[in-house]
Amino acid sequence: MVDVPLLSLVTFIPLVGALIILMIRDKDAAVVARNARWVALNVTVVTFVVSLFIWINFDPSKADFQFEERVPWISDTITYHMGVDGISVLFIILTTFLMPLCILASWEAITVRVKEYMIAFLVLETLMIGVFCALDLFLFYLFFEGGLIPMFLIIGVWGGVRRVYSAFKFFLYTLLGSVLMLLAMLAMYFQAGTADIPTIMATTFDGDVQKWLWLAFFASFAVKMPMWPVHTWLPDAHVEAPTAGSVILAGVLLKMGGYGFLRFSLPMFPEASEYFAPMVFALSVIAVIYTSLVALMQEDMKKLIAYSSVAHMGFVTIGIFALNDQGIEGSIIQMLSHGVVSAALFLVVGVVYDRMHSREIARYGGLVHRMPKYAFFFMVFMLASVGLPGTSGFVGEFLVLVGAYEANTWVAFLAATGVVLGAAYMLWLYRRVIFGELTKDDLKDILDLRPREVLVFTPLALVVMWMGVYPSSFLDVMHVSVENLIAQHEKAMAAVQVLELAAK
Amino acid sequence: MSSNWMSEIAPAGAEIFLACAAMALLMLGVFRGNQSTRLISWLSVAALAIAYVFLLSAPDNGSVVLAGMFRTDMFAHFMKGLILMGSGLAIVMSLNYIRDHGMERFEYPILIVLATMGMLMMVSANDLLSLYVGLEMQSLPLYVIAAFKRDSLRSSEAGLKYFVLGALSSGMLLYGCSMIYGFAGTTNFDALAEALSSGRIEVGIGLIIGIVFLTAGLAFKVSAVPFHMWTPDVYEGSPTPVTAFFAVAPKIAAMALFMRALLGPFPELAQEWQQIIVFVSIASMVLGAFAAIGQTNIKRLMAYSSIGHVGYALVGLAAGTEEGVRGVLIYMAIYLAMTAGTFAVILCMRRKEGMVEDIGELAGLSRSHPALGVVMALFMFSLAGVPPLAGFFGKLYVFMAAINAGLYLLAVIGVVASVVGAFYYLRIVKIMFFDEPAEPFAKPFGPAMGVIMTGTGLFTLLFFVFPSPLTEGARVAAAALLQ
Repeated sequence: MVDVPLLSLVTFIPLVGALIILMIRDKDAAVVARNARWVALNVTVVTFVVSLFIWINFDPSKADFQFEERVPWISDTITYHMGVDGISVLFIILTTFLMPLCILASWEAITVRVKEYMIAFLVLETLMIGVFCALDLFLFYLFFEGGLIPMFLIIGVWGGVRRVYSAFKFFLYTLLGSVLMLLAMLAMYFQAGTADIPTIMATTFDGDVQKWLWLAFFASFAVKMPMWPVHTWLPDAHVEAPTAGSVILAGVLLKMGGYGFLRFSLPMFPEASEYFAPMVFALSVIAVIYTSLVALMQEDMKKLIAYSSVAHMGFVTIGIFALNDQGIEGSIIQMLSHGVVSAALFLVVGVVYDRMHSREIARYGGLVHRMPKYAFFFMVFMLASVGLPGTSGFVGEFLVLVGAYEANTWVAFLAATGVVLGAAYMLWLYRRVIFGELTKDDLKDILDLRPREVLVFTPLALVVMWMGVYPSSFLDVMHVSVENLIAQHEKAMAAVQVLELAAK
Repeated sequence: MSSNWMSEIAPAGAEIFLACAAMALLMLGVFRGNQSTRLISWLSVAALAIAYVFLLSAPDNGSVVLAGMFRTDMFAHFMKGLILMGSGLAIVMSLNYIRDHGMERFEYPILIVLATMGMLMMVSANDLLSLYVGLEMQSLPLYVIAAFKRDSLRSSEAGLKYFVLGALSSGMLLYGCSMIYGFAGTTNFDALAEALSSGRIEVGIGLIIGIVFLTAGLAFKVSAVPFHMWTPDVYEGSPTPVTAFFAVAPKIAAMALFMRALLGPFPELAQEWQQIIVFVSIASMVLGAFAAIGQTNIKRLMAYSSIGHVGYALVGLAAGTEEGVRGVLIYMAIYLAMTAGTFAVILCMRRKEGMVEDIGELAGLSRSHPALGVVMALFMFSLAGVPPLAGFFGKLYVFMAAINAGLYLLAVIGVVASVVGAFYYLRIVKIMFFDEPAEPFAKPFGPAMGVIMTGTGLFTLLFFVFPSPLTEGARVAAAALLQ
């Protein structure tokens, strides 16, 4: 098994798929579209299956990077270095799991330029998986930034009315954050003499330098996350993106910010992370409460879910900077759970949007009478988003709150109010869309879920339950890596204290 | 004796060959008239290719010949290779244009060859005099071809403007040279460097003023802010293939000369000229980024884009290190590919009634001409510096040098300007991909254009897979400049 470069395989299978789709030529546009869809679906399913081998063969008892591959690239110190540990492996699975569902969700919703659409998605998949596999600063940056191009096109070409504005906002916001990170990476490269991430993790940076570097990385990850107050690109991008685009945005792209904090900020700048933790707490608490309140007042379903994403990501950052076991594990679970749940919720909105071409909450009401299956799936994901015990959302939020309580009682208290608000806006949304009398005439012949749609929702619902009932299968994978991260952090902080004492 | 004589001129073989070839082609043109333009064009391309062979066979060990005027080293080889490539591409790209626009006169390719010879001289200059002679040999043919479309008012205006402002900058440069000579007593780069490092000449205000004037003249030639004003007008007014030529080869040559003239004789005074370069670099990046936003003419937009890119390249020079020079070399090589490709696309913007230059005409290009749209999008993303495309690596290397040299502010302003700049490149992508298609362009584009676009497009897209040949070559060349 060792000889197969599993990570490169998973990363680049979608790219090969994109090339195959590129080759499809036929006079009849419908034939091209059908072939492109099938190729994309097959490729993403194959990628998912291959990625499962990573999970199966992953040894959760080791904190080291596994499945490592290293090939000289730009120079001896900037290499093509891939590898996963307990933190990153599940994100790869999340990505490959969501992709086939995205393709299925776009099956009928996308009717123009299907070939280009599928190519953009497959290229995006390669870049996303690459982000989680890369163990070299510049390789990481390549994947991280490269993803902007397909996403820009997906929003801009297949998006809604204000797609151009949203696409530009998304691209420029993210780019501005990232270029500062690039400069920080260059500075680290010269300090450490290498761009190899595991080596840099073992390098200690000077206290003041750490703070600047931390801020530069923060600029990038905070935008990507997104944290208040740089979250404003997200509602726009979500609302205008096609359904599958929103799914990928919420499901995977947002996770890159959290993953970045775990991979770079915490292990590389322990002192600065500790120093800036109160600031992160403050921003996160504001995000949780403020965006929940904003979500309450939304009239557009997608916008509501977008704001709820910002709130949920606030929990993630609280968990990460609680700097303890429960907090970090909770935030990873929260990210995975949010990846599945918010993706599912966008698909849920997509279902009625495909039928009625409106996302306005007031346009709906009483759907349960015509769409019982739809109401059921919507309920499952809604409750998971609220954080009902037994669903994935509960595990994440609970662990984060436990971790936060250890770090700072007030943060835990204020964050918990966000849970209450979350229940308020989600339940109210459900009440307005699903319950009540079916009074709108054009809703009276709306159709329930088709088999294809049930096929999309079933795996998502099962995963939500699985993570809620038996989270150990996920927690066990990450546990050793997270413990190692904490241990390293504490060691670094102890060293700093010794130095400070010595200075006195 | 004869072998001695040979070794004196062998290093300048490429230049001498180009001069002879230009004369021969001129004779051919005079006897056969304008109907031989196409033949002469291809022969000119062949002459450039043969000059490259001469270049490869010339010594590259840093030998100085022709009374200390002329130096060949790996740096010169690298830059001359790029220049020959850029000129060759420019001639090939103009073939159909000059036929369709009544410019089919045999002087056209010959003027490009002559200008190219001047550029090669510039790159090899080892003396303020050969610097000036090379520069003028380059500039005079450029003034002529800028105004080559004789019955076009805009073209004539562009030529005249270029000439007047170019003469002014040459004057400043010459004035700087005379100041340097007056205060240092020599015009030879090696002698200057030696005198400065041994402290034989005093670093006084006169010498500094001389360097400032020299830098101003050179900044004019690379069209760096605040000496950039001529660029948009000349780019817009000149016939499009001429603009393509201006955007590539002379820029590379001037950048090479810039590095030679500052790092050759004045490495000791890096403290002094570094401030100028930092300012010029920041001003170019920022102005290039902001001024391009409002442009609707694609050639004007590319003019501001080129100002911005010169700013990025100068970041490497500002670092003043070997790494910085390497960054500039990589940047210029990648810039060559991106710009040549972009202009190949611009030259395809043709309708029945003639060329169109408004960026609105690109609307829906991704649907009316999918391949053209994809290639152009690649160049735009690459010019914006988005990974994994080649343009990103150009920026990566210059910023790497800037960070290592401790120029943090320059680097931060640079990357922020690149985000602003990304806006207008994205706007072109937006027009091509998001807007409703305009009327398709007239076909055929011609096989030469197809080859150029495919080649430069593939280079831009796949550079990241195997970057070492270019980065390694640039490293050797940079080491040769700073030895």
